[in-house]
Amino acid sequence: MNLPVIIKFVIDLLAVLLLALGIKGLSKVKSARDANRLAAFAMSLSVVGLLSYYLGTSGIAIQSWIWIIIGSIIGSLFGAILAKKVPMTSMPETVALFNGCGGMSSLLVALGVAIFPISGGQENFDFFKSLINEVSISVSIFVGAITFTGSIVAMAKLQGWLSTPGWTQSKVRHFVNIVFAVASLIAFFDLINGNTSSIWLLVIVSSLLGIGVTLPIGGADMPVVISLLNSYSGIAAAAAGFVVDSQLLIVAGAMVGAAGLILTQVMCKGMNRSLVSVLFGGSLSAQSTASSGSGEYTNITSCSVEECALTLEAANKVIIVPGYGLAVAQAQHTLREVTKKLEQNGIEVVYAIHPVAGRMPGHMNVLLAEADVPYEQLKEMDVVNPDFPATDVVLVLGANDVVNPQAKNDSSSPLYGMPVLDVQEARTVFVIKRGMSAGYSGIKNDLFDLPNTSMVFGDAKKVLNDLIGELKDLGVGEK
Amino acid sequence: MSFISLLWVLLLGSLLGLELIGKVPPTLHTPLMSGANAISGITMLAALTLIVKAEGNVPLLIIGSVSLGFALFNVVGGFFVTDRMLAMFSRKPSNKK
Repeated sequence: MNLPVIIKFVIDLLAVLLLALGIKGLSKVKSARDANRLAAFAMSLSVVGLLSYYLGTSGIAIQSWIWIIIGSIIGSLFGAILAKKVPMTSMPETVALFNGCGGMSSLLVALGVAIFPISGGQENFDFFKSLINEVSISVSIFVGAITFTGSIVAMAKLQGWLSTPGWTQSKVRHFVNIVFAVASLIAFFDLINGNTSSIWLLVIVSSLLGIGVTLPIGGADMPVVISLLNSYSGIAAAAAGFVVDSQLLIVAGAMVGAAGLILTQVMCKGMNRSLVSVLFGGSLSAQSTASSGSGEYTNITSCSVEECALTLEAANKVIIVPGYGLAVAQAQHTLREVTKKLEQNGIEVVYAIHPVAGRMPGHMNVLLAEADVPYEQLKEMDVVNPDFPATDVVLVLGANDVVNPQAKNDSSSPLYGMPVLDVQEARTVFVIKRGMSAGYSGIKNDLFDLPNTSMVFGDAKKVLNDLIGELKDLGVGEK
Repeated sequence: MSFISLLWVLLLGSLLGLELIGKVPPTLHTPLMSGANAISGITMLAALTLIVKAEGNVPLLIIGSVSLGFALFNVVGGFFVTDRMLAMFSRKPSNKK
């Protein structure tokens, strides 16, 4: 073994080790930030390893350097700018976009190798070797294309650029997707038979498959899909590793692929959905409108901001249940103002965070942290649920399905079995909401009908601003 | 590297990935997803290999360069955005007055 090979081997080994430690560290609050930096360092180390290997062996042509620099600068610049500028509320779609681009990269590598076989890649050309090559190229293209189009569709749906078209909820979509899948299989075998031009068929059909599978999935299930697509992009990277003969790529891709799969599983559990029903069940609202449009609201109590303020002033313990509606209204900072006032009056304030509050697990924690809410005040569902009976006031802000008692009481409800926050146990519940529209699942919320629930209608931010005014008039929070 | 040993690498890598994420608090799901997502941009190494081995083939150089751009967009953006999210969790002591 010569020196460059040994150096590359050592660096690769080190990079894999650091990446593994990085992923491990990311799953604990304390170590997460350092772990992320460690992983970033490992990635740059791997680039240094690869470049030094080529410098030490075949050398790198000036022309190659130019294209390397152009690609790196443009990609990094756009990535960095987007990462700095994007608001925290649109985190899920940002992750989807980044992920899609990773898939695109694997797709392009495989495409490049397929159209222009690299010299040196096939010096000992034999049937077995070329078969492996073609299989890995096909897998890389197939998974890469699905990841790309799927992620872009997911992003567009989360951004609200794309809605779920009605026809995608019909059974026809399964047929269409099966046609796409079969067509990509045909293209794959054609490719192995030596028909290089069928690679374009593979690209097109697998792209369509990515769209066809993602489009029917309802918004509430999107995080699961993004997590799954994230796992796919790892698989695409591993496949690209087979294409260019790189162990490091295979290990890292496999790690991300497997870790993404586990994460997807964990998220499904939190939402009480199985992966199969997420992928093939269509959107939840479409199934449920027929079964559970059961009845109108009969006993709605609506109240003014003033009453709400009076009740809050008299409370000892208040629990806030934030949902995505709060984030959309960008009201987390205003909410923080309200809770500061309450705290100054000696009222205990806690935030109850449902595992899937926001658009993605953990999303709400990020948003509240952004508004300077102390980390200790964020309580997870299992911790906070026993506290509700001893709570005077619960403020539900832009949350809906996660506080629906149907999930506990009504076995015919599509929500049945989903873990929910038991807000109805509290003495008084205020639901701040724009109108009586249903939540993400499209299901009626029995909570609104309960006698201890009052609705405060209005935009979350405006209501909270009014609330600050009312509290000020009552002298709350003034020393 | 023989194909069989690459398969071993794939298998062990997958097992490692399965093991690494045992119990993740829901708080960290979003950052973890975004961090793992950045790592999947490791295909940038494949793009680099493509460019280095292109040997003056301009279309291939361009494909490699575009691929590298996409991958680095994923990597750089992914790590930065993850850091931004995690920075918010660690900011808590400063505002406790």
